[in-house]
Amino acid sequence: MSLTGPLAAPGAGTGRSGRVGLMLRGMGRTAGPVLAVVAALFVIWYAAAVWMNSQWTLDQAARADRTVTFSEIVADTLNQDRPKLPAPHQVAVELYDTVLDKPVTSRRSLVFHAWITLSATLTGFAIGTVLGMLLAVGIVHNRAMDMSVMPWAIASQTIPILAIAPMIIVVLNSVGVQGLLPKAIISAYLSFFPVVVGMVSGLRSPETQQLDLMKTYSASDGQVFWKLRLPASMPYLFASLKVAIAASLVGAIVGELPTGAVRGLGARLLSGSYYGQTVQIWSALLMAAACAAAMVGIVGLIQRVVLRRMGMER
Amino acid sequence: MRAGAAPLGLSPGWLGAFAGVAVAAVVDWRLGAVLAVWIGAWAANAVLSGLSFPGRRLVVPAIFGVTLLVLWQMTVRLYDVPGVILPAPTDIAARIAVSGDILWGDFVQTFVKGALTGYVMGCGAAVAVAILIDRSPFLQRGLLPVGNFVAALPIIGTAPILVMWFGFDWQSKAAVVVVMVFFLVLVNTVAGLADTGAMQRDLMRTYAASYWQTLWKLRLPAAMPMIFNGLKIATTLALIGAIVAEFFGSPIRGMGFRISTAVGQLALDMVWAEIAVAAVAGSAFYGAVAAIQRAVTFWHPSMRR
Repeated sequence: MSLTGPLAAPGAGTGRSGRVGLMLRGMGRTAGPVLAVVAALFVIWYAAAVWMNSQWTLDQAARADRTVTFSEIVADTLNQDRPKLPAPHQVAVELYDTVLDKPVTSRRSLVFHAWITLSATLTGFAIGTVLGMLLAVGIVHNRAMDMSVMPWAIASQTIPILAIAPMIIVVLNSVGVQGLLPKAIISAYLSFFPVVVGMVSGLRSPETQQLDLMKTYSASDGQVFWKLRLPASMPYLFASLKVAIAASLVGAIVGELPTGAVRGLGARLLSGSYYGQTVQIWSALLMAAACAAAMVGIVGLIQRVVLRRMGMER
Repeated sequence: MRAGAAPLGLSPGWLGAFAGVAVAAVVDWRLGAVLAVWIGAWAANAVLSGLSFPGRRLVVPAIFGVTLLVLWQMTVRLYDVPGVILPAPTDIAARIAVSGDILWGDFVQTFVKGALTGYVMGCGAAVAVAILIDRSPFLQRGLLPVGNFVAALPIIGTAPILVMWFGFDWQSKAAVVVVMVFFLVLVNTVAGLADTGAMQRDLMRTYAASYWQTLWKLRLPAAMPMIFNGLKIATTLALIGAIVAEFFGSPIRGMGFRISTAVGQLALDMVWAEIAVAAVAGSAFYGAVAAIQRAVTFWHPSMRR
């Protein structure tokens, strides 16, 4: 893959670029600055909440025909029922209520909804990864397959394939397939293409010298694959797996939108937007963000362990 | 199987494939016909990819794509697949021909007003912010991990919030696009601006170049490959953001609106028509940015032929 070639899943709706990720790994001592930036974000969030919700407060006061002081405005804007922008502590309270304070089997528990979405995400991710790796192996070992399929796999990253999601859900619904599987299929095809592209670059990454050495050992195609190409592809595979799992989550969430599903994080976003429950939207959004971060983190952890065991850690 | 290495018909793999088609044709002639077309086209590609002639890098994938369309058409027609499950490519083409003005209206609403506006604003803001924080290593060390983290999140989830803030029309779609592309382009620009060697910067100092001269003549040009890397990924994100945001509410036009309502009416030919338009628009957008990149970073090793 050339230096400027994107290694990301833009067709899937996340913007993680592999090269920036590599760059970040080299940067140490970031805890202080990151904390400062996060703190600044919270300050901005609070200020924006006061500013955006103040209109409602002023309207209410005007209706009741009384004037409000600035401190009253601040107090009110941070504690409205349906604020335009909920304050961080309101979202935190909602998260506490729906994550820790409800039984996980209840429909009001966010853990329950997150699990619905995560199960589809992980199923689809597993399917997409396995199929993607198989296709990559085929592409590397078969010239006709390489020339026929590879251009389409790359081109597919430039088109918004996420737009097909509603149709897949509804069509599968009409032939009687419901629940987890349609969402998993969307997740699978979103994770499929980044894995194919990354794995092909990985399997092609051994240098001519290394391949020649295998040849002097008179290694068979299978031996070259198992002993050289597959191990060499691991760093590339993991880079695309991180992209793919984030894409899978986006797919599962968007897959919950079109049928008006009542379960899952996407359903929480949708019902929140129907009923103007902004706090619910924000808590679902943060939960989705936490899930994405956790899954990318877990893949990263596995990556570190595997690469260290293989002696490839950079 | 080493396609192309052995002459056709002699290798056991191909013999097996032909035998399979024959058996399938006896069991179900429609399956046999579909498989025969598939094997035939594949054999053609196997031969062609073994030869070397100018343009084969275009011909082979084109044959593969056309074959998929033909197989799709055959399967739908031979097995009488109902149009509410999978319309045939000809049905979709007919739909595109008939409702050209609807598709054009949706394209203008979603792509030109929503995606393109948001893309320009988001990318412009990201590059501007990256240059603003360029002189503060503290802010960079803080913003780069945060931005990279945010870029990996399902930002599309902010769509319902932004639709609530900015209304149903294209402004909210542009806002979603701004949020989706901003962090991606920001981290790529910051990383790109750091992409010069100490030797190069030292050379600029020996010329007594000022900060702005160094930025303008060395560091921005050197950052261009990475900036364009982000800009290219952002093209597709922009289109996705604009389409998916319409699922949360839109005026009665737009590609996302048309997809979600046509799916509800089981008018799948319309859905596929919109998807075709989205695919063409997405590739063209990406291609346009890639062409600009080629013009701007003509000096970069990856652009050499």
